[in-house]
Amino acid sequence: MRLALTYSIAGWSGFFVMAVELLGGRLLAPTFGSSIYVWGAIITVFMLALSIGYLAGGRLSMNGPSVRKLGIILIVAALTVLPLLLFAVPMLDSIAAAIPDPRWGSLVGATALFFIPTLFSGMISPYAVRLIVPDRSSSGRHAGQLYFVSTFGSAAGTLLTSFYLVLIMEVNHILIALMAISGSLGLAAILVRGEANAQ
Amino acid sequence: MRSSGWALLWFAAGIFAIAGARADDMKLLHSERSLYREVLVYEAGGVRCICFTRFCRIGRQTCQDVKQPERIVMNYPQMMLASLFVKPEPKSVLIIGLGGGTIPRALREVVPQARIDVVEIDPAVVKVARRFFDLGDTSAVNVIEADGRVQVKRALRQQQRYDIIMLDAFDHEYIPEHLLTREFLQEVKALLAPGGVLAANTFSSSRLYDHESTTYASVFPEFFNLKRENRVIIAANGPLPNEKQLRANSERFEETFDSFGVSTRKLLSLFSRKQDWERDARILTDQYSPANLLNLGQK
Repeated sequence: MRLALTYSIAGWSGFFVMAVELLGGRLLAPTFGSSIYVWGAIITVFMLALSIGYLAGGRLSMNGPSVRKLGIILIVAALTVLPLLLFAVPMLDSIAAAIPDPRWGSLVGATALFFIPTLFSGMISPYAVRLIVPDRSSSGRHAGQLYFVSTFGSAAGTLLTSFYLVLIMEVNHILIALMAISGSLGLAAILVRGEANAQ
Repeated sequence: MRSSGWALLWFAAGIFAIAGARADDMKLLHSERSLYREVLVYEAGGVRCICFTRFCRIGRQTCQDVKQPERIVMNYPQMMLASLFVKPEPKSVLIIGLGGGTIPRALREVVPQARIDVVEIDPAVVKVARRFFDLGDTSAVNVIEADGRVQVKRALRQQQRYDIIMLDAFDHEYIPEHLLTREFLQEVKALLAPGGVLAANTFSSSRLYDHESTTYASVFPEFFNLKRENRVIIAANGPLPNEKQLRANSERFEETFDSFGVSTRKLLSLFSRKQDWERDARILTDQYSPANLLNLGQK
């Protein structure tokens, strides 16, 4: 059960990150356009935040790792998306007013909106690796399986969001749905029976 | 038997002749890869066109008669210029999307007193317009290199106002999605002077037509619809003129439009207020703007 939850969280987190990234392009377009540099700014911020998240997640896994804590990380990542729903438009407009060059404007805007949620999402994978690896000899195989699940989730999140979700739902509603799913998965991880920590 | 063989031979020869003629006829004058797309300049049958895809899939972006550059070849710029029938003496015009610059070139002739600002996102298009489409140097038309919406917001912050705003920004697919939402149209309306006029170039096929129409109607309760292959929307920041006023205004332009090979009378007959769209089609907003996906669906 805990193993299944760990994989699910890793896969879902991959989905979540890419869905938010694509919707980020939607959020930034009214203020900065949708040129290649706007996408460049968004992808840069996501990559940077993920890289730092990997470091932080690995660090955190040294300290009494548990599925429950993994669930908490997932919930925090979802909660930090909340400002997107509440302040994205006024925030981006004031950034555009302060920074006329849309390249730097979109970079600052993307940092303000997406850095924190993506950083927390980045913590998931290394933390999950710690939870599923039973011994050193199979660590590579388990890490590979986890990367598979997580990146497969990313692919699914990218495709579903860009092909279908934007056609049936508003951006904010998609974000709320993403947060709700993260919340439920995180809660399941917190409530899962057996408090036992990983070996 | 024999005769059918000959027929086949003639047929093949004919094909070769046509293919040869077409290859000969359609000459690629210039191509360059810009930050956004490929910009191609073709010439065929004395007409020079800009295309954004190799085979001009959605047709030509803009065209010019090489021998008579003042003649307006395509329908949509003619219909865009018909916005002058609603606002005959503009002091300032903002055009979003330069293309070959057909519209600013014509406006310079028709309303020489007006200040003309053009927003074009792609520096390569500006270069091509100057080099192949006789746009002239910077003094005549003020070209701003920026995203249309970014520039509209900037102009609003600087408290500028325009008497006419023309939306003519296209990429290789269609109008960029962030230039096709209720919020954008509200910004454009705020940028119009009182009594100012908006002219927008759109398509008239596909499922998007209904969504586009309800989106415009949500910001401009009434507008004129001019339809040929394209559909041009002409809306106002204020009441629309009646038929008599329209005709009176159009008569002022009869002569100059004539020199472009454009009949004001024909244009006038295109003005329609008929709401020929699905009224409950979902409005496009910044939150919901899958314009290109909707454009894939057949009407």
